[in-house]
Amino acid sequence: MVAIIDYGVGNLFSLVSSFKAIGVDAVATSDKKVIESAQRLVLPGVGAFEDASNKLFSSGLAQLVLEQAKSGKPLLGICLGMQLLFEKSFEYGEHKGLGLIKGQIRPISEVIPSDLKIPHIGWNALKFTKDNQLFKYLKDGDFVYFVHSYYGAYCDDSVIATAEYGANLTAAIAKDNVYGCQFHPEKSGEIGLKILKAFCETECAK
Amino acid sequence: MITKRIIPCLDVKDGRVVKGVNFKGLSDVSSPVTLGKYYSDNGADELVFYDITASNEGRAIFTDILKEVASTIFIPLTVGGGINTLDDFDRVLKCGADKVSVNSGAIKNPDLIYQAAKRYGDQCVVLSADVKRVDGVFRVFAKGGRENTGMEAIEWIKRGVNNGAGEIVLNSIDTDGVKGGFDLEMLDKVCNAVSVPVIASGGAGNVAHFVELFNALPKVDAGLAASIFHFGEVKISELKSELKKNGIPVRV
Repeated sequence: MVAIIDYGVGNLFSLVSSFKAIGVDAVATSDKKVIESAQRLVLPGVGAFEDASNKLFSSGLAQLVLEQAKSGKPLLGICLGMQLLFEKSFEYGEHKGLGLIKGQIRPISEVIPSDLKIPHIGWNALKFTKDNQLFKYLKDGDFVYFVHSYYGAYCDDSVIATAEYGANLTAAIAKDNVYGCQFHPEKSGEIGLKILKAFCETECAK
Repeated sequence: MITKRIIPCLDVKDGRVVKGVNFKGLSDVSSPVTLGKYYSDNGADELVFYDITASNEGRAIFTDILKEVASTIFIPLTVGGGINTLDDFDRVLKCGADKVSVNSGAIKNPDLIYQAAKRYGDQCVVLSADVKRVDGVFRVFAKGGRENTGMEAIEWIKRGVNNGAGEIVLNSIDTDGVKGGFDLEMLDKVCNAVSVPVIASGGAGNVAHFVELFNALPKVDAGLAASIFHFGEVKISELKSELKKNGIPVRV
């Protein structure tokens, strides 16, 4: 069973449906016992980093997710959920993240030419920078759906795929049992479902 | 590189797709679920569902159908029609919509865009504008294009973006239904006025019109159409390979 961490940010309907579509039992929950008993965790999120980070820490779910990740349970952060895995974000101020991935979240305006629109929204191609089991059913150049104005920076060690938008933006990261996608697998058609399927087949790290 | 998006628009009334859909090989051509899946499987980059029901009953059916669509199709869904309040945003977002398109609701209450963007983020709010030339000036029309609001279109759209609209759907009433091509002049003005994605709507009659659109106006992000897709006059897969042949980036 996959537990999708419900900390009151965004709607989890499509994510739950996506797992159902690949035959995996998934539940959106904030219940400690359910999260502890799940085989895998997904950290979702849309909206602003500060608000999401506050909700995650004040609810105690941040500590729980950290414990679970450190025990070796596979964890997938999606979009803002991926960004929350980083040490800190510079979206409207400076805010702390979970610190599972070394690096920072910074505005894409710092690295892309000024004539490109922000947010980076739409379908873009993945360029693999490292082999990873998350992409075992994909090929280089497959398209996924992005919506974001901030990106993962200073995280070269963990980057497994980038997308070109005036710069090579971090598209996915992985470190041991912790994975993250800047794009939305649950909105990326068949390709996205294949990524979720691959995540459901990852091994526990310990 | 980000690709140009091709977006079919489905008008839904009392839970059924209207505007005369004519597809061979589909068992139930007016089911939003069947048709949505067909488009999703055949290369649509996004779907727009427009609720044209007037009654509360019809609205409830629409939200049920939306849930069913969203649990079957895993590409971005935009929902419009009858969006007047934050509760309306909430209602469709909970059913799996990713973006919500406002039109008359924002004209009646311009604060709606700001409130919705603040709560759900700019990326969630789409301003849809029906625009027509009146004595050489672009004017915004309300109520499905029936009522001239008297507002100048470029100013209205800029104001919407300043209030937090993350995307613009520009529907030219002048070219809509004519099938003579998109309204390049109007689109050019809007693209130069705002920095958010602009979706062209109204006027597409064949594949060449999309090639012309993206070649002439590289700033346009997406092309939206309804009946030419529903009637099979333009097949999305063929449209996309033709765009690709012309050097326009698309997801194939």
